[in-house]
Amino acid sequence: MKHIISPTDLTVSELNELLDLAEAIIQNPKKYANVCHGKKLATLFYEPSTRTRLSFEAAMLNLGGNILGFSSADSSSAAKGESVADTIRVISSYADICAIRHPKEGAPLVASLYSSIPVINAGDGGHNHPTQTLTDLLTIKNLKGRLNHLTVGFCGDLMFGRTVHSLIGALARYDHIKFVMISPEELRIPTYIREEILDQNHIPYEEVRRLEDAIPKLDILYMTRVQKERFFNEEEYIRLKDTYILDAKKMTLAKEDMLVLHPLPRVNEIAPEVDNDPRAVYFKQAQFGVYVRMALIMKLLEVEAC
Amino acid sequence: MLNIGGLNHGIVIDHIKAGGAMKIYTYLNLEKLDCSVAIIKNARSNKMGKKDIIKIEGTLNGLDLDVLGALDHKITINIIEDGVIKEKKNPKLPERVENILICKNPRCITSIERNLPHVFKLSDRNNGVYRCIYCEQALEVR
Repeated sequence: MKHIISPTDLTVSELNELLDLAEAIIQNPKKYANVCHGKKLATLFYEPSTRTRLSFEAAMLNLGGNILGFSSADSSSAAKGESVADTIRVISSYADICAIRHPKEGAPLVASLYSSIPVINAGDGGHNHPTQTLTDLLTIKNLKGRLNHLTVGFCGDLMFGRTVHSLIGALARYDHIKFVMISPEELRIPTYIREEILDQNHIPYEEVRRLEDAIPKLDILYMTRVQKERFFNEEEYIRLKDTYILDAKKMTLAKEDMLVLHPLPRVNEIAPEVDNDPRAVYFKQAQFGVYVRMALIMKLLEVEAC
Repeated sequence: MLNIGGLNHGIVIDHIKAGGAMKIYTYLNLEKLDCSVAIIKNARSNKMGKKDIIKIEGTLNGLDLDVLGALDHKITINIIEDGVIKEKKNPKLPERVENILICKNPRCITSIERNLPHVFKLSDRNNGVYRCIYCEQALEVR
């Protein structure tokens, strides 16, 4: 049985297969409308999330399956002190597959060690968020037609932004990828990402402070929110939260076919005036998230369209 | 200076960082042995200033002494036979250690989940870097 805990749990060929299936679903969703009939997805969300949980639930419902679960630790047995290991052993007898989000890093791995059903990491603190990475990859592949020969800029919180770390790790496996890291000094990419992914794989990258300096060379601009919940010190958060704001003026510096991605929710880092720019694809990205989760559920449950 | 008699047949765990002997004594379950075990704390050392030493009479069959490398990389292990050092070795860093290193990342699941073993995998042998298998936090043992 396979679990998806880290974005690199899938080999490049498994990943390509999954993205191909997602593209097939986009082409003909009706063909897949009942492939999970009689199957149940448990969504175990120990911290608040709107889009990830609803995206998983929408994905399972689109496949003809059913859903059950909880949306905060307060409404689960965790409030009574139950361990993740015990919870997953119980849930394994209620559902066929589960998606787990937890504020503590490594909680989904613990769940997978005690589970008898496939476990999908739906985000563990500032650590991993593999289905967001799959969403990002599908968005790029579908709209750019490739996952290689790209210059990708990451902007904002590169220190705690798990989506950034995961996407760097996933794209580093493709050819001719360049990265431009745009962040304040305090939110630079962590040393271990630089040393163990970028340097070890000889991936070219540069670190810059000004978004305007980087934007003209990018094929993809990946904006991130400075996340309040990752800071222990509120003053530090307030000082850094509005460092970068992408607006229509900055977009004039970008290539005509550059894509703007954002894992959402967006706060101030993208001005609403950018939403109507055809290069702003963050809402399409949310739709791709449903398709890629449908493909992932099908792969993990080993179901196929008739 | 305190004198402890020489060993005819046994193991000397030497160059333990001063104050670290009891941790090793506990980890190796030496209290369960029925042979003589001596713990020497704060012994004088030219190299280290002060060090701890554990002397065990007899053999420790089946015990993986390499794990001591993750506890204290300066340790040396001397195997004594017929009153002389037959073998001297430095423990290698094991690939995986369980409940030897403790994850100090407050965001790690090990900080709240009961009865969860702290498991680390070796990620950089040259620099002695281990990573927690749950949160991937690095911990240097050198």
